[in-house]
Amino acid sequence: MTLVITKNFAGPNMARLDVAMKHGAYVTLEKILAMKPEAVVDEVKRSGLRGRGGAGFSTGMKWGFVPKDTTKPIYLVVNADESEPGTFKDRAILEKDPHLMIEGIIIASYAIKAHTCYIYFRGEFYRQWELMERCLAEARKVGIIGNNIKGSGYNLNIIAHRGAGAYICGEETALLSSLEGYRGWPRIKPPFPAVEGLFGCPTIVNNVETLAVCPFIIREGAAAYAKLGTEKSPGTKLFSVCGHVNRPGVYEVPLGYPFAKLLSEECGGTIEERKLKALIVGGSSVPVVTGEEALGLRLDYESCAGCGTMLGSGGVIVIDETACAVQVLADLARFYAHESCGQCTPCREGTGWSKKVLDRLEAGLGSSEDLNLLLAIADNMQGKTICPLADALAMPIRSWIKKFRTEFEDHVRLKGCPFPS
Amino acid sequence: MNFHLTKDRETKAHEMIARYPKKRAAMLMVLWLVQEQEGWISEAAMGYVANLLEVTAADVYDVVSFYTMYNRKPIGKHHIQICNNCCCRLRGADWLVNYVKQKLGVNVGESTPDGKFHLSTVECLASCGTAPMMQINNDYYENLTAEKVDGILEKL
Ligand SMILES: Cc1cc2nc3c(=O)[nH]c(=O)nc-3n(C[C@H](O)[C@H](O)[C@H](O)COP(=O)(O)O)c2cc1C
Ligand code: SF4
Ligand code: FES
Repeated sequence: MTLVITKNFAGPNMARLDVAMKHGAYVTLEKILAMKPEAVVDEVKRSGLRGRGGAGFSTGMKWGFVPKDTTKPIYLVVNADESEPGTFKDRAILEKDPHLMIEGIIIASYAIKAHTCYIYFRGEFYRQWELMERCLAEARKVGIIGNNIKGSGYNLNIIAHRGAGAYICGEETALLSSLEGYRGWPRIKPPFPAVEGLFGCPTIVNNVETLAVCPFIIREGAAAYAKLGTEKSPGTKLFSVCGHVNRPGVYEVPLGYPFAKLLSEECGGTIEERKLKALIVGGSSVPVVTGEEALGLRLDYESCAGCGTMLGSGGVIVIDETACAVQVLADLARFYAHESCGQCTPCREGTGWSKKVLDRLEAGLGSSEDLNLLLAIADNMQGKTICPLADALAMPIRSWIKKFRTEFEDHVRLKGCPFPS
Repeated sequence: MNFHLTKDRETKAHEMIARYPKKRAAMLMVLWLVQEQEGWISEAAMGYVANLLEVTAADVYDVVSFYTMYNRKPIGKHHIQICNNCCCRLRGADWLVNYVKQKLGVNVGESTPDGKFHLSTVECLASCGTAPMMQINNDYYENLTAEKVDGILEKL
């Protein structure tokens, strides 16, 4: 199996520049610095790489949206805010091979003609931020970043920045507001960041994993990357697996990999071989699928869509028969109610009310009308807000009720939770 | 109620400011310097930051009050943050909050009387596969058992 991202994860001290370089770090620099930026964009476009932060948009195409005739500075911003429940794959890159991401940053910045890049770390990632500061200092010292990189005349300044605890700052426009020193409030799009982003200048926001893939594409070529995975979902992807499995962790597999295989082989099956009840495949925001559906699912964008869900960030949450559907959904609602930035009424009120209604259902104090109430709240949230955080709760509400309706009804009928707590 | 960063930190603050085309963008990083020094961010400190970044004190308050990691009151020296989001709960993390509560004799949101510990619960810290987990100040502690928790708290 070709490993694009995790190849050197097992190596000790990969954060040290000399060790990383022994493992091939930064060999792509001379190559790209001899290329035209447009050619780098084309290469990434041809690889078929899609953004790994959740939305799955073509990376090369996004880079191409930077206006050609702009006289303003252009920025690259790295999204290292990773806060979606179930997602811990970017953290693995930041800890186990930080220079791989820096190399990706240089490639992306060169391609979009940026001379400044900001890396936005979630506030809790203090150690990862500190490590990155050390890596950047080392790279600066030997002229891998900074002015006139390798005598090419190309300048690139990379700055590590810290957030301070707000999930919403993972949303790209909220991230930009936060980076400018404001509250992390999402902005209405358009204008898209590629045209008007950080400080009003053209800005490309990319996920950590997306950038970590770029060195492979440049080194081995777009065709070599496109050969991995499936035709429509090329490449490999990191999946962070948690929940009821024997071996939770971060695994890299080619897209199109059967979920059943990931579960049994990489993850060692469910705990005590209990029956799989449900699967959240792409981080807490995506619709849930039943255990049966999950066992037939392939891990790629199209198969997930075919099953009514999304590949999202690759945060795989495995849920077995011992878990209560109402409790899981109530926990998700609490999360979104806590993390709503409060700008839009449907989101601020809708997430809060969903939480209240789900809590009372779980406590056995709900009525049969509450299910319709929840669905009505979901309808009032979805597609009616500035950013998709409201949808990120509306979708789970609809899918959990649709697929596990009897369990919700049991809570009403029995006036309590049928699962031992 | 005068507030000042130490000389070293003030130098760092100016380095931070130089990293951005607009002074205000250094806000979060400068607030981190304040919290590192004091453990929390007082109104006097907000005034100082406002001065430094050439914004109003209200602008600074607006930011401090939005982000959950900035403390607007003094808290215990070691801030214990336990994740009780859904993935950690699936891996049986519920006992952890109760265990630490009992051990320290405080509720969530409180500090021990000697000011040594402060206990909070938080949402997902990107550690879902290594639950139960907690963060104490800058460090993560994962795959926790009761014995591990005892050992960690004793050493602090
Ligand atoms: C509520 C919300 C939270 C998000 N959180 C993250 C995050 O933590 N990390 C991330 O890379 N993208 C996150 N995204 C997606 C970003 O908005 C953006 O699409 C992504 O960073 C683009 O990078 P990519 O094209 O490389 O995937 C989030 C989106 C939403 C709506
Ligand atoms: S949908 Fe929610 S999180 Fe997004 S901008 Fe509106 S209130 Fe804020
Ligand atoms: S849910 Fe606890 S770390 Fe993710």
